[in-house]
Amino acid sequence: MNKDVKIKSLIIDKPLKLDCGQTINNFPLAYETYGTLNKEKDNAILVFHALTGDQFVSGINPLTKKDGWWSYAVGPEKAIDTNKYFVICANVIGGCMGSYGPSNIDPSTNKILGTNFPIITINDMVNAQYNLLDFFKIEKLFCVMGGSMGGMQVLQFVNNFPNKSKIAIPIACTASHSAQNIAFNELGRQSIMADAKWLNGNYSNENSNPDKGLAVARMAAHITYLSKNGLQEKFGRKLQERDDLKFSFDADFQIESYLRYQGSVFVDRFDANSYLYITRAMDYFDLVKQHNGNLSNAFMHSKTKFFIISFTSDWLYPTSENKDIVIALNAIGSDVGFVEIESDKGHDSFLLDIPKFLDILKNYINTSYLKA
Amino acid sequence: MKKEFEIIANLIEKSTRVLDVGCGDGTLMQFLKNNKKIDIRGIEISKNNVQKCVEKGLTVIEGDAEKDLVQFPDGSFDFVILSQTLQAFLNPEIVINELLRVGKKAIVTIPNFGYWKVRLHLLTKGTMPITKNLPDEWHNTPNIHMCTIKDFFNFCNNRKIKLDKSLALHNKKTSLIKNSNLVIKNLSAELGIFLIKN
Repeated sequence: MNKDVKIKSLIIDKPLKLDCGQTINNFPLAYETYGTLNKEKDNAILVFHALTGDQFVSGINPLTKKDGWWSYAVGPEKAIDTNKYFVICANVIGGCMGSYGPSNIDPSTNKILGTNFPIITINDMVNAQYNLLDFFKIEKLFCVMGGSMGGMQVLQFVNNFPNKSKIAIPIACTASHSAQNIAFNELGRQSIMADAKWLNGNYSNENSNPDKGLAVARMAAHITYLSKNGLQEKFGRKLQERDDLKFSFDADFQIESYLRYQGSVFVDRFDANSYLYITRAMDYFDLVKQHNGNLSNAFMHSKTKFFIISFTSDWLYPTSENKDIVIALNAIGSDVGFVEIESDKGHDSFLLDIPKFLDILKNYINTSYLKA
Repeated sequence: MKKEFEIIANLIEKSTRVLDVGCGDGTLMQFLKNNKKIDIRGIEISKNNVQKCVEKGLTVIEGDAEKDLVQFPDGSFDFVILSQTLQAFLNPEIVINELLRVGKKAIVTIPNFGYWKVRLHLLTKGTMPITKNLPDEWHNTPNIHMCTIKDFFNFCNNRKIKLDKSLALHNKKTSLIKNSNLVIKNLSAELGIFLIKN
């Protein structure tokens, strides 16, 4: 990773008490902004990123030199029009793009924290990011939004700060991480920890890196972001640059080659310990349990307007789990809209160029902004 | 049918919470929102229509009224509207029960299968009637439970559902439906509009 790139970062000097009991202080929160905050300060959108995302939502990511992770949705004239709105996104704590995480140095030992970093939760992430409102002197956000883990942060944000956003758009997410999702995350973690180069999380101090374990974790996770039909359509049984099977364990099939590539590029941009910490935070997320089994109570004191979006082929955060949030909101008479978008691209749909999704997002945001 | 919308608007009181079941592209919701100071939501099964509602800035939930009304608590709306949709449900009786549970009052409008032109079509042509309000052919119509004004009137009476107001609409003219003129209205009206409650 190129360390010369200048990353915007806020040092948070307000102590943050984490769910695990520890308190952190004077920690960095890396962020990026797009567009301009208007004089009334009523056009700010706080975007929360997903598991392997970062603050570089749009434009070119200065570290990877690739398009920002939500370039299809965010930018000038896009669904989230940065000519009109001021978009803020922060790297979550626990992450590896400049925010306080396991790859930070422990000043008391001068060593990289590794697994000495405290366990963090979605709640901790959201509380850390709330400091951005003070920093930009924004009294109330226009919108909080995000997909997948970003959507969980949206739900937690409204729960924690009931009237700090006019609208909220959780996309392809859940209020309570399912057993299946915990299982997939555990698979990824075990893959990292099974790599001898992980060194109990101390790899950075020993000039080592569990590349293989992290790559396999990414490959497995990547499959869960797609759909059976999507994979079949794109790859089928097509062979990779060969006319016939090689009777070996090479990547004969295009899908194998594709997954290997996804794994290999991922290790260049992501820290293995961050992967452990962030997946753990997702697993611990259970807003239903936070309210003793009644999700409605999470939103009881909020006037925030919700719009919830799911995708037909998303089997990781299926429509039924998104609908549970709709039901909880309807039970208390909240202003909530819901749509399930037709797509065969699986959970990844929210990151892709799906016109029906981007259109409805644009329409919802723009009509909500108009309504005073 | 603008006149139908006006009648529905007149039945709804100000500053109330309203749910439009099967709200389509949101035309009625938008009309009511512009003409009444109400808090209105819609539920709609077609994704394309949901998209159109959102374009209009309306709050709508994609869902199937036959399954998804359960999520709304008892009496959570002052009025629940079902505009020319009852005949498309697999089980209209369950839907009516749900409307009356979720809403303190319900407004149900039905295309009248007893309208004389409909009867004449079947009598003279011997084929399933096709009219302005019922434009589909028998094999592709979504309307699987057609009824007449008299059918619905009797249905409510038999189930002790209170008919607060029963209106017949024909040629943009409305009139009250009563026991005494039921036979006539069932013949002369294209549309029945009912304000019902438990």
